[in-house]
Amino acid sequence: MTGGSSAGGRDSSAGPVPLPMPKFAAAARTALADTGLRRDLRADAAALRRRREAAAGELGDWQELREAGRAIRDETLLNLDAYLERLEKSVTEAGGAVHWAADAAEAARLVTGLVRATGQGEVVTAAVPAAREIGLHDALAEAGVTVHPTDLAELVARLGGGRRPAARPAPPAFHRDRARLRELLARLPDAPPDLPDDPAALAAAARDHLRRRLLSARVAVCGADFMVADTGTLVLLESEGNGRAAVTVPDTLICVAGIDAVVPTWSDLEVLLQLLPRSATGDRMSPAVSTWTGVTPGDGPRELHLVLLDNGRTAVLADEAGRAALRCVRCSACAHVCPVYERTGDEPYGPRGGGPIGAVVTPLVEGVESAAHASLPYASTLCGACADVCPVKIDIPGLLVHLRGAVVESRRRRPVPTPELVMMRSAAWTMGEQGRYEAALRSGARWARLLSRGGRIRRLPGLLGKWTEARDLPAPPAGGFRGWWRARPRSGGAR
Amino acid sequence: MRVALFVACFNDALFPGTGRAVTVLLERLGHEVVFPPGQTCCGQMHWTTGYQREAADLARRFADVFGGHDAVVTPSASCAATVRAAYARIARAVGDAELERAADGLAVHELSEFLVDVLGVTDVGAYFPHRVAYHPTCHSLRTLRLGDRPLRLLRAVRGLELVELPAAEECCGFGGTFALKNADVSVAMVADKVRHVRGTCADVLCAADNGCLAHIGGALSRLRGGVRVMHLAEILAATGAPAAAGRP
Amino acid sequence: MSSRERILRRVRDALGEARGTGVDVPRGYRRRLTAAEAATRADVVAMFTERVAARRATVRHAGADDLATSVAAALWARAARRIAAPADLPFGWLSELDGVHAVADTGLTDLETLQGLDGVVTGCAVAIAQTGTIVLDGGRAQGRRLLSLVPDYHLCVVHADQIVGTVPEAVARLRPERPLTWISGPPVAGGPEARRAEGGQGPRSLEVLIVED
Repeated sequence: MTGGSSAGGRDSSAGPVPLPMPKFAAAARTALADTGLRRDLRADAAALRRRREAAAGELGDWQELREAGRAIRDETLLNLDAYLERLEKSVTEAGGAVHWAADAAEAARLVTGLVRATGQGEVVTAAVPAAREIGLHDALAEAGVTVHPTDLAELVARLGGGRRPAARPAPPAFHRDRARLRELLARLPDAPPDLPDDPAALAAAARDHLRRRLLSARVAVCGADFMVADTGTLVLLESEGNGRAAVTVPDTLICVAGIDAVVPTWSDLEVLLQLLPRSATGDRMSPAVSTWTGVTPGDGPRELHLVLLDNGRTAVLADEAGRAALRCVRCSACAHVCPVYERTGDEPYGPRGGGPIGAVVTPLVEGVESAAHASLPYASTLCGACADVCPVKIDIPGLLVHLRGAVVESRRRRPVPTPELVMMRSAAWTMGEQGRYEAALRSGARWARLLSRGGRIRRLPGLLGKWTEARDLPAPPAGGFRGWWRARPRSGGAR
Repeated sequence: MRVALFVACFNDALFPGTGRAVTVLLERLGHEVVFPPGQTCCGQMHWTTGYQREAADLARRFADVFGGHDAVVTPSASCAATVRAAYARIARAVGDAELERAADGLAVHELSEFLVDVLGVTDVGAYFPHRVAYHPTCHSLRTLRLGDRPLRLLRAVRGLELVELPAAEECCGFGGTFALKNADVSVAMVADKVRHVRGTCADVLCAADNGCLAHIGGALSRLRGGVRVMHLAEILAATGAPAAAGRP
Repeated sequence: MSSRERILRRVRDALGEARGTGVDVPRGYRRRLTAAEAATRADVVAMFTERVAARRATVRHAGADDLATSVAAALWARAARRIAAPADLPFGWLSELDGVHAVADTGLTDLETLQGLDGVVTGCAVAIAQTGTIVLDGGRAQGRRLLSLVPDYHLCVVHADQIVGTVPEAVARLRPERPLTWISGPPVAGGPEARRAEGGQGPRSLEVLIVED
C-alpha cells in the first residue's frame, strides 16, 4: 500500500541512511517538540483508526480472514526458498527478468545499472517503499540520473527543501496548510503563475505536474505489495494512481520488492486484497490496484525487471520467534493505533520504517548491540493495541518482549554490568526471600517518608527521577499492607 | 469460599488501602481471606524489561507460594495477566518445563473477574456517592479481556454516578519501565489521559490496576488536578462508613 | 557465489529444520455474500450501486435497449466532443452519439491525441459489489491500460451479470496473466479526511453505467 495513503504513505524519500542513529528516547524528544507534526499525526491516527474499524467491522468474517492471512504468510515464509524459485520461473516465463540483491548497496547498484542500460538520463519513481532503505535516490543521482519521485507527499517534502526529508513524509494537508502548500507548489517550474490557495486548485497543480512527469517517463521504478509465485503476477495497491501510470506509460519498468512480498498462489489474493486495504486506509478496496505478469505485448512496458531484495530479511527469518514479523503486509495499522507512534512519528525508529512493527524488524535485522537498536524494543508500553489490529496476527508485544530478552542477554555478556542489570538483579534477589523483601519494604518506606511532603513525593533521585519530572508518587505508608494484615484484630491469615 | 489474596508488591508497599479493601469486600461477601506471607512479586517488571532469568526465579517462587490454593485473587490486572499469559512464555524462554506445568495449575483471578464470574455477583452492597470515571487499563482490556465486568460492578454501586471517559481505551503511557526509559513520550501520553479525565468532571478516576493509577494520579497530583484516583476495590468496599473508603 | 545462490542459501539456513513445513490455510471466510447482505441479484446490483457511489463515482442505470441512448446522454451531460474507445467496443454502444467524435484505439493512438480527448468509454471484465470496484483486464471492449488512464473522464459500462458479490468471486473469475486494473473510484491525493483532495493519476471523473440485460 503506498501513495500517500496514511499518516505517512510509506514511500520514502530517499536520502542516505543517517548514521549513527540516536536512541529512541532522544530522537523522540525532537519529534515531541514539533507541535505541527504531533497535530498531524494525531489527526491522521484518529481518522485512520475510525476508518479501519469501520472497514474491518462491516465484514462478518474479519477474524476468519485474519486467520487465513496469518496461515498464508506462514506457509510462504516456511517455504520461502521454494516460492522464490517458483516466482523467478513464472516471471521469467512471462517475459520479465529477475535480479537478486543481497543487500541495499547491491539493490541500488542493480537498479542504477538497469536504468543506465536504457540510455535514459531520467527516471520516475512511484510507490517504492524500499527506496529509502536502499538509498536509491542518491545512488541514481550519483550515476548522473535525474530522479523524479511522483508520490505527492514526497514531492511536497522535496519542495520544502532539505536534502533529506522525514522518513515517511506525511501527505500534505490540503485543507489545513493551504497557504504553505501554495507557496511550495508555486515553486514548481510548470505551476500556473496565479496559483490560488484553494485545496482543489493546489491538488490539481500538483497532479498536473506529476502527470507531465509520468506521461513522459521512459523508465520507471516502482514497488510491489505482493508477488504471486505460481503466476509471476506483481500486485500494487495505492491511492494516488502514480503506480498505475508507472506500469502503463514507460518502456522499461523496474520493480523493487523485498523477498518477503511473495505469496504462493493467485487465489491467496482473495484474502490479502481484503485485509490490506481495509487495514491500511480503511478503504474497502484501494482506489487503484494494478497487477502485471511479465510483459504484455502492446500494453504497458516492453521490458520488466524485478529486483528481489534481501537486505536483512533472511536475518529476521533466522529468528524462530521473530520470523513472524515477516508476515507483515505493510499496512501500517499497528502504527496508526500505537499511542507511542502517534506522538513521535516515523523518524525515531530509523530508516526501515516506524511504528511497532518497525521496532521489531529493525533490531531483528541490525542486531541489538548498538544502543540505538537496543532501544527500539523498549519504545512501547506493550499496550497491545497493535496485536488487536494486525491483519496477519503478528504478536507484536510478544516479539517486543522477546527482543528485550535478547537485549538483556547481550548485556549480560559484557565485562562490566550495566546499572540496570545490577538493579534488576538486586531487586530479584530482594524479592526472592520473605525476610529480605520485608526489610526492603521497611527501609523503602523510611526513605520515602524523608523525601515526601504532604504525603507526596515530588522528586526522586537517580533513574527514578525520570518519574518525578512530571509525576508525583504517593509516600508509602509505614508497614505496608502486610503490616496492617498482621496488626488486625482477627486472625484470618495463613500465618 | 477460602480465597488467597495476592496483593502484589506494588500495592503492598505503596497502596495498602487496596489490599485492605479487597479483604474487607470479600469478607463482607462471606468469604474467608488468607494472606500467604511468603508472597513477594510476580516478576512482571523483570519479564517485560527482558530479565527472563530473574522473572523465572520469581515465577517459580510465586508458583510455590500459591500453587496449593484453589482460588487466588489479586487487585492487579497486570499481575494476573503476567501469571496467566506470561508464565508459560517465561518457562519456555528459560527452558523450564516444570515451571510451565506449575503455571498451568495456578488459579489466579483478577478481582472483577472473581466477583462476576466465580462468585456471580455484581451488586456487592457498596455505597459511594460520587462521580466516577473508569479507565480500562491495557492489561484489563486487551490481555484479560475484562470487558464490561468492572462497569457492571460500578453501575450496581449505590449513589455512584458513572461518567464516560473519552478515548478510554488508549494507554496512559505507564508501561512499567517505559515510564522511565521513554519518560518524555510517557509524559506526553499521560498528559492527554489527564486532559480527558479532567474533561469528565469526575470526582474519582478508578481502574483495576494501581500501576496505571499511580501514573495518572501522579500527573493529576502534580497538576493539582482535583480528581482523586482510587482502585476499583476501594470503591466496591465502600459502604459509607468512614474507615472503608479512600486512600490513607 | 551469485547473490541468487547466496540469498537462497541464507533462506535455507535461516529456516533450518522448519523448512518445508506445510501450513494449512483455514478458509472459513466467506466466498459469497450472505443472504442477509444480498438475497437476490437485484440486491447485489443495489450494493454495487451504493458502494460505487460511495467512492465519488457517478452511477447510471440502463436497460439493454437504451444502452446507446444512456451512453450518449452521459457524454452529452459532460459536453464531451471527442472521446476514445477501444477498437473492439461493441458498435451499438456508440450508435446514438450525435456530435461526439469517437477515436477507435487499436493500440496506436499517440499520447498527445489521447491527452486532447474529453473522455473514454470502456466495458469491464468484472465488477465487485462489496467493494464498489470495476476491474479492467485489457480484454474485449476495454482496450490497453493507457486508454483508461489518460483521459480525465471514464465512462465504464458494466453489465449486471458481470457484477460479483465479493473479492474471492472476482479473483476466481479473473485471469492473472492479463494486465488488470482494479478501479475503486477516482484516485485520491493527500492523507485521510482533512488532508484528502482530488488528485492523483487516472480519470478524476468516473461514471459507471450499469446495464440490466
